[in-house]
Amino acid sequence: MRRLLLVPVMLIGVTVLIFAMLQFIGPVERSALYVRDFPRNERAIDGIIKRYGLDQPLYVQYWRWLVGTVDASTGKRHGGILFGEFGYSRTASQPVADLIKQRFPNTLDLTLWAVVPVIAVGIWLGIKAAVHHNGPIDQGGRVFSVIGTSFPTFVFGLLVLMIFYAKLGWFPPGRSSDWASQVIMSDAWRNYTYLLTIDSLLNLRLDVFADTLRHMVLPILTLAYLNWAIFLRVTRSSMLETLRQDYVTTARAKGVRENDVVNKHARPNALIPVVTLAGYTIVVLLGGVVITETVFNYPGIGSAAAQAAAQLDVVTVLGLSLFIGLILIVSNLVVDVAYGYIDPRIRLD
Amino acid sequence: MAEIAIPKEGFGVTEAIPLRKIGPVERLLGPETYRIVVALLKTPVSILGFTLIAFFVVVALAAPWIAPPLHPNNPYDIPRDGFKSEPRPMMSEWNKEVPPLPAWWEPIMGTDKWVHLLGTSEGQYDLFYGIIWGTRTAFKTGLIVTFATLIIGVMVGSISAYYGGHVDNVLMRGVDIMLTLPYILAALILAAVLTPKIGRSLLPATIALIAFGWMSYSRIIRGDILSVKERDYVMAARVIGVKDSRILVRHIIPNAIFPTLVLASLAIGDVVLSFAALSFLGIGTPTGYADWGQTLSFARNWITSLSTYWYIVVWPGLTLVLFVMGWNLVGDALRDVFDPRMRGRGGA
Repeated sequence: MRRLLLVPVMLIGVTVLIFAMLQFIGPVERSALYVRDFPRNERAIDGIIKRYGLDQPLYVQYWRWLVGTVDASTGKRHGGILFGEFGYSRTASQPVADLIKQRFPNTLDLTLWAVVPVIAVGIWLGIKAAVHHNGPIDQGGRVFSVIGTSFPTFVFGLLVLMIFYAKLGWFPPGRSSDWASQVIMSDAWRNYTYLLTIDSLLNLRLDVFADTLRHMVLPILTLAYLNWAIFLRVTRSSMLETLRQDYVTTARAKGVRENDVVNKHARPNALIPVVTLAGYTIVVLLGGVVITETVFNYPGIGSAAAQAAAQLDVVTVLGLSLFIGLILIVSNLVVDVAYGYIDPRIRLD
Repeated sequence: MAEIAIPKEGFGVTEAIPLRKIGPVERLLGPETYRIVVALLKTPVSILGFTLIAFFVVVALAAPWIAPPLHPNNPYDIPRDGFKSEPRPMMSEWNKEVPPLPAWWEPIMGTDKWVHLLGTSEGQYDLFYGIIWGTRTAFKTGLIVTFATLIIGVMVGSISAYYGGHVDNVLMRGVDIMLTLPYILAALILAAVLTPKIGRSLLPATIALIAFGWMSYSRIIRGDILSVKERDYVMAARVIGVKDSRILVRHIIPNAIFPTLVLASLAIGDVVLSFAALSFLGIGTPTGYADWGQTLSFARNWITSLSTYWYIVVWPGLTLVLFVMGWNLVGDALRDVFDPRMRGRGGA
């Protein structure tokens, strides 16, 4: 319960932090996005600064961002993020709320499809390495994981693009091919979940589904390879520790078959720390993987935030950070609570 | 072997127990640290790592000899052979603004024609120069960021742990908040807003990486201090009335800092990686600055023709991977040394 109360506190903290950072952009530069003929059109700039209170102190601006302003004559409220008004993104030419609605399903889609290969294969590799401790599989896994952790995402991304796109032409970057986008934009298309892979199945368009998946292969491969290394390492060390415990020795002494010792006795307990790692990995993926999305030109929430930041679009950066922060904080909380159920020894509150 | 004589009678001990000889180095470092250092120097994995790191140190130090710059005052400006955007293949001849021929070239190749050894990237920036001088950039940013984050992290962590209570609560919640957004995204936002203020240079990205990089150190040292804090010598110091700040700086931190220091020294690889990532996203150094991330970002415009221009990804990419791998290999060996379960199993 106490953790739940912390959620709004954390959210306020995150947004204040971002807000404070954005103060490095002066009022004049902030109005640049809204003024034609910048910076000569001083009258327009002054008008915007006044209208949006850009020259006010930090706390006034923050308050205005939270609850908006009430027009004295009409009694109508303008803006205010607490009232669901995220503002208008100049760089994306659409309201920030629409931008989120458009981009986040893509990130969610990628997460859904990446989770299984990333986690399942990573754990499988780790258990294999632990069972064959110091054997060739273990050593091979070690080399594999050191290489994996040393590869910067964008280098790996560029390399797989070079091989599988430029050379072989199998897996293109982006979200969907032109013809598929036309199908999606057409009137016949119905959005059930906004997740492209699932919607294409529900629309009974297997060709669109295949096309969408084809575009997701390389980002998934990138996320998978970089995370396998971590999963391998954590699973391996946890499994090694478990295999040394007395109850495992007891099981062996009783004459339990080695396969059962590993799979039935040791593995469930060894996977406890891995489950947390899996949870946090999903959380990280949900928050948008900025670099992976950028390299593959994948229109997710992370690349949207990166673009907005690079173009100094204050409104968009704030809205997206609030959203990403909310997603991350809430899903972290869920993971923590779930951990308590899996391992009763560490149930805290 | 130094031996210690034990009285023949009494205690039921009949044999002399040989003691391990303790050398001056071990005396200086203390047994625990010494064990770790020795184990590190003996593991093949970490030897390979140290070799890679040493190689890059040599490259960074010898940069003016390996790749003499065109303008000695601005050695970090990558020399460019014209302004055409199309990359030029490896070993193609240098046409315009040829930098001085390196001393090692003629004896090996038998010609005094300087070429684009690794080809050029978009805009005719020479890849070889970018990689060689980029090594210096990497070490520079890596060392500065690591050092600064370490200091901030240790300060916040030790204050938090030593005072506990509300101070601890507030500081650690602050750390939580700063850790909420993805590291790269937070650093990207800060670097982006700093860039118009202080101009394109190494500074915005460096500051951003420092601002969002110290939190893990403060968490680690906080944990270590919490355990050291309860030891008797700290209590003794407090009883005789030593000031808080002195207890913290002279008694607690020196005994708690070692794990943090080791972690920090190996974080250089990660820092360089993050810095390159920011450059890759287009934040930071001015165009044409010798910086691996930026050199790689040139490749983004050539993705469809990367099968022809593979060298604009492979060479800078390989350099970055090997650099990070050097630190990771040492770190990997270190994790085994630190892992108490491995102790005495010879499995380091």
